[in-house]
Amino acid sequence: MPKKKIRSYLINIAAALLVFSVVYLALQLGWINSYYRSILILICINSIMTISLNLATGLLGELCLGHAGFMAVGAYTAALISLNSGLSPYLSLTLGILTGAVTAGITAFIVGIPALRLRGDYLAIITLAFGQIITILIRSLGFTGGALGLNGIPLLTDFPLTFWMLIVTMYIVYALIRSRQGRAILAIREDDIAAEASGINVTHYKMLAFVISAMLAGVAGALYAHYQGVLTPEKFDYNYSIDFMVMVVFGGMGSITGSILAAVVLTILPQLLYGFSDYRMLLYSILLIALMIFKPSGLLGQKELSQRVFQRLGRQLWGKKAQTVPAETDIPTTVVDEDTYLTEQGSGDSGVGGSSTRGQENLPVSGTPIAEAEGKHQERLGLDTQGDEPLARKQKGRR
Amino acid sequence: MHLLEVNEMSIQFGGLKAVDDITFSVDKGEILGLIGPNGAGKTTIFNLLTSVYTPTSGDILLNGKSIVGNTTWQTVDSGMARTFQNIRLFKNLSALDNVRIGFHGLEHYSLAATLLRLPSYWRDEKALTQKALAILDIFGLKDIAGVQAQNLPYGQQRKLEICRALASNPQLLLLDEPAAGMNPTETQELMSMIRFVKEHFDLAIILIEHDMSLVMNICERLIVLDYGRIIARGLPEEIKQNQAVITAYLGNPLEEEA
Repeated sequence: MPKKKIRSYLINIAAALLVFSVVYLALQLGWINSYYRSILILICINSIMTISLNLATGLLGELCLGHAGFMAVGAYTAALISLNSGLSPYLSLTLGILTGAVTAGITAFIVGIPALRLRGDYLAIITLAFGQIITILIRSLGFTGGALGLNGIPLLTDFPLTFWMLIVTMYIVYALIRSRQGRAILAIREDDIAAEASGINVTHYKMLAFVISAMLAGVAGALYAHYQGVLTPEKFDYNYSIDFMVMVVFGGMGSITGSILAAVVLTILPQLLYGFSDYRMLLYSILLIALMIFKPSGLLGQKELSQRVFQRLGRQLWGKKAQTVPAETDIPTTVVDEDTYLTEQGSGDSGVGGSSTRGQENLPVSGTPIAEAEGKHQERLGLDTQGDEPLARKQKGRR
Repeated sequence: MHLLEVNEMSIQFGGLKAVDDITFSVDKGEILGLIGPNGAGKTTIFNLLTSVYTPTSGDILLNGKSIVGNTTWQTVDSGMARTFQNIRLFKNLSALDNVRIGFHGLEHYSLAATLLRLPSYWRDEKALTQKALAILDIFGLKDIAGVQAQNLPYGQQRKLEICRALASNPQLLLLDEPAAGMNPTETQELMSMIRFVKEHFDLAIILIEHDMSLVMNICERLIVLDYGRIIARGLPEEIKQNQAVITAYLGNPLEEEA
C-alpha cells in the first residue's frame, strides 16, 4: 500500500474517531438528551439508506423507487431472528444484520434479473412495483405479524453501532468506486453503449451495484428494526422510498458526503417543523423546489467534502495571503504521479468519517485553463471543481 | 487464415436489408477503408462486427472463430475494439479513467481484493495506471490525464477515444469517421497517427471515412458500399476510376443529361 494512501487512511480513521468521540462524550455527559439521541441514530440509519440508494441511482444511474422495500426485507429478517432465535441479544443482532443484508441482496437479485438486462428506466417501474408488493406480502403473511406488525423487538440499536455501520457503509462504497469494478459502474452511468464497447459486462456490473446497494439497505433495515422496536408494513410504503430518493437528489447524485449532509438536514428538518404541523409538508416541499431551482445538482453535486476541501478552506481562513501566485498556476501538470491525475470520481483513496479525505493538496482537479476558470468560483467556496450538470443528464435515454 | 472473415453477412430491419450479402476479409497489419454514401450501411457493418446487432444470416470469424451470438463485451475481449461516429466518452470521468476503463477486460483482481484493499488491488492498480499513462503519452495526452473528458477540445476527445479503444489490446481496431469535424491540419495529424498506431500496436484497422484525401492516402484496400451492397473493392487508385463508385457518389452523368 503506497505511503500516501496509508496517511490518507489514517487521517480518515482519525476524523471518524474524532467525530465519534465528541458525539459519544456529549451523549455520556448528558449534553444531548434522549430525544436528540434518537434523532442521531435516525440520521445514521437514514445516511446508510441514502448512501446505498446513491450507489444505485447516483453512481450506477438506475432509478430505484422501491428502496424502502429492501429495507423492509432486512428489517423483518433481523427482527424475526431476534424474536425467534433465542440467542443472546447481541449475537442475534449481529446475525440479524448479516442475514438482513443477505436476504435483501437476494431479493434485489431476483428483482434485478428482468430489469437490469434492459436498457432504460425499467428498473424504476419494477422497483416501484416491488415496493408495493413487499408491503402487501408482509401484511398477508402469517409469520411477519400481518397488518399488526411485529412488536417487542429488543431495542439494541445504539449510537456507536449505527455510527460505525455508517462508516463501514461509506468505506464499502468508496472502496468500490475506486476500483475496476467501480469504474465499470461509473462507465455504465456515463454511457452504457461505450461501456459495453470497452469490454464491460454491463448486466453483471449493474447487478453487482444494485445488489450491494440493496444489501446496505438491508443493514439499515436491521438497525431500524432494533431501533424502533416495532415494525409495521405501512412504514415501508412508497412515501418512505421517495423520502430517500429526495435525500439523494438533495445531497447530490453521486456524492457520498452529500448524501450524509442531506440525511442530516432532511432528518432534522421535519422534527424542527413539528410545531407547524399543518404547514410541515408545505415548507418541506418549498425547500425542495427552491433547491431544484437554485442548485439542480443537489447540495454537493458530484463533489465530495474531502480532506482537500478542508485544507483549502483552512488556507483561506488562516491567511497565506502572501501567496501571490494564483492557485491554478502553481499546479504541476506534468508530474508523473498517479494521484496528480485523479479527478473526483476515480481519485486517490477512500474517505471515511464525518470528513472524508482524498489525495494530497495542490493537485489539479482539472488542468485546462477553461476548466480552472469555471472551477474558480467553486474553489472560492472551498468545493472541488467538478462538472455541475443538471440532473436530467443522469437519466438514461441516450441513443 | 485471415484475421477477420465476413461471409455472406446480411441483416434485415423489417423490410429493409441494411446490409446485404457482404463478404470480405481483413489481414493482420492492414488498413481497410469502408466508404460509401450516407446510409450505405457502413456503421451497421461496424455494429454487426462488434455484436451490437446479430446478423440475420451469414457468419463473422475472428481468428477463425465465429463471434456471431457473442455479446459486445465478449467480442471486445476476443480482440476487437471500436470508436464511435459521435464521440462516446465517459464525459464526467477524467481522461485517465476513460483509458483505465478501456483496460477493464485485462485486469482481474477480485471484488474481495477491492473491498479489502488486498495487495493484488494495489499492485494491479499501479500497473494499470502506468499502462494507461503510457498510452496517453503516445498520443500527447499525458498532461491532460486529470481533465474531465467533456472539458477536452474536440480533437483530443477523438484521440482519447482511440486511446480507450487501444487499451483493450485489440487485434482489430474499428474507427468510425475519426476525421469527422476535423480541420485539414488535424486530419493530417490524424493520418500519421493512424499509421503509427498500426505499426506500434501491430493491428489491423477498418476505417469508415468520408474524407477522401485521408482514405486514399492511408488505406491499402477499399470497399465501397451502396444500399447495403458492395459495389466495388480494390486499391485506392482503382476505386477512383471505378464507374460504379462515381455513379453512386455523383449520380449517372448520362441520366442527368437526358
